Amino acid sequence: MEKIEVRGTAKRRVPGTSLRAITGVSASGNLEVLVERVMPDRECMVEVTTAVAGFGDIWRAVIEEFFERGAPGGLRFSINDGGARPDTVTLRLMQGVRLMETTK
Amino acid sequence: MTLDDLIASMFPAGHAVKRGLRSTVHGAGRLEDGTEVALIGIVDRTPLTIDAAIEVAGYVLSVIEKGGTTPILVLVDTASQNMARRDELLGLNEYLAHLSKCLTLAALEGHRTIGILYGHAAAGALIATALSTQVLVALPDAEPSVMDLPSISRVTKLPLDKLTELAKSTPVFAPGLEPLFAVGAVTVRWDATKPLAAQLLTVLQAPLAQHDPRDAIGLERKGRLLAAPIAARVAMEANAHG
Amino acid sequence: MTGLLPAHEQDWYEASARERIAGLLDPGSFVEVLGPEQRAMSPHLAQFDLTGAFDDGLVVGRGLLDGKAVLIAAQEGRFLGGAFGEVHGAKLVGLLRAARDGAKEGGPQSVLLLLDTGGVRLQEANVGELAISEIIRAIVEARIAGIAVIALVGGRSGAFGGGGIVTACCSRIVVSEHARISVSGPEVIETNKGVEEFDSKDRALVWRVTGGRTRRLTGGADRYVKGRVQDFRDAAIALVEKAPPLTIATLQAEQRRLAERLRLYGDAKDAPEIWEKAGLSDPTHMADLTDDQFLALPMPKEADHDAR
Repeated sequence: MEKIEVRGTAKRRVPGTSLRAITGVSASGNLEVLVERVMPDRECMVEVTTAVAGFGDIWRAVIEEFFERGAPGGLRFSINDGGARPDTVTLRLMQGVRLMETTK
Repeated sequence: MTLDDLIASMFPAGHAVKRGLRSTVHGAGRLEDGTEVALIGIVDRTPLTIDAAIEVAGYVLSVIEKGGTTPILVLVDTASQNMARRDELLGLNEYLAHLSKCLTLAALEGHRTIGILYGHAAAGALIATALSTQVLVALPDAEPSVMDLPSISRVTKLPLDKLTELAKSTPVFAPGLEPLFAVGAVTVRWDATKPLAAQLLTVLQAPLAQHDPRDAIGLERKGRLLAAPIAARVAMEANAHG
Repeated sequence: MTGLLPAHEQDWYEASARERIAGLLDPGSFVEVLGPEQRAMSPHLAQFDLTGAFDDGLVVGRGLLDGKAVLIAAQEGRFLGGAFGEVHGAKLVGLLRAARDGAKEGGPQSVLLLLDTGGVRLQEANVGELAISEIIRAIVEARIAGIAVIALVGGRSGAFGGGGIVTACCSRIVVSEHARISVSGPEVIETNKGVEEFDSKDRALVWRVTGGRTRRLTGGADRYVKGRVQDFRDAAIALVEKAPPLTIATLQAEQRRLAERLRLYGDAKDAPEIWEKAGLSDPTHMADLTDDQFLALPMPKEADHDAR
């Protein structure tokens, strides 16, 4: 079991009033992402727990690229990974942001 | 311990037990004070078929139908549920559920139900028999299991020796009496070197919890730490009106 | 999350546990208890190098079904095959105890169980098995208190092992064609008894022996529905109203029902033998029927009953 944590700085807070959202499933080749609005408006963070060790550099690269496209201020992403491919990771992170933008 | 020795040691004052068609037994034992106890069981390490399950359920229902609060002893030496296409086609899940419901309802109708696990019991057969009683007694040679380690090894892809090593530090998955005692499935272990009649009397006279106490027992024995607090928390929050 | 269809239009088989709940209940009414943000996860999986899930594969809470309060639990069949572990099982035990305790206090009068499970989680075999036993006891106590417990089965993991037993303890059972319900899985039987006993690769055989249509025709399920979430919702709304109580009379009737099934079909080894004896026309082509054709069949008399 390997844990990876990446923090980023954001230009803006992600809009919407949702406090949390969850997407995906913890299963082989897949991952679940729990998004929570618990960070300061100009910060964001991704914490990964993965069963597949040794891919820390790839995780950091994927997450930093996701932050570069527009870091989602105020959000913490917690991931349970079952060995998802990088494109699936990016897709789930983006889905997570979209769910948080909805207003409840 | 053989079935005959077991029954003789529990009921020196007398007993009458008949064999059913499919390695089932039914009858009664008499305590020293003359009180009668119903005896029901699946024996001979027989796989629990749909035919045997409905036979045993019928015995349970006939005790309930007589009324009163006669305690029911469920003698258990089975294998797992019968693994056959025909049993599954005909709805083995319904037959096992039926037996489990009959035993559970008997207890709620005031019949103290006591499982006496003196041999094997595994998987679905363990659920439908021994685990469906209020109090589960285990004799020293009882061999309960959910799944054997080689099968767990096959499914989890963890080598057998690593599993065997892991089993020493946690009771959550390994087969056997000790782990199932630690998690709260087995209520009490009997000492086979002493007369069983006195030990049976203790079990018959012990106060009963109003509801299922097994999660609390597992917590007390430190073998199952999360079940009790999680169940309690969900029970409380699910009923909170918000 | 497909996100393309409204929740109630989704395919039950493909939908996640959360999507099924969203489409089954009145829109927006679901309130989760011990949700993923609480991180009530299994502590036992890491030693097997398995990643946990934030909700341990079971979503529980309360909501409204056609305006009436219900309690609800849904297993995520894609997380470890929806299997029962310690936390997963305890969440369901707690929910059922809540139903029992609230029955006379103005609480919800029904529980919906969205089962999707391979049975006991072998990494947590003992605590999973014990949880199933506690669930059965809690279902019986809830039903005696007057609660309707409705099982809905039609997910990718079916209802196997202890999950099959739990299903048959419920007041009513709703299935789709995809619903496979049994105790030992076909692979387990093949491993233990050989391929002649049960060829688990023969999909048509597996469906005939364990599938929703077989269960419906023999009385092992009370409603057969097409596969949309809306279809399960309609069935649940219809069934919560007239669930049978659990009494001695119910179990006596079940004893007679199951004995009669043995008497009628006890020597059958494959489903068409049963259909033929039950008087269904064209018994060998049951699997080829569309859902509409199947729903139009006259049901054998043993299919509908209150004996569960």
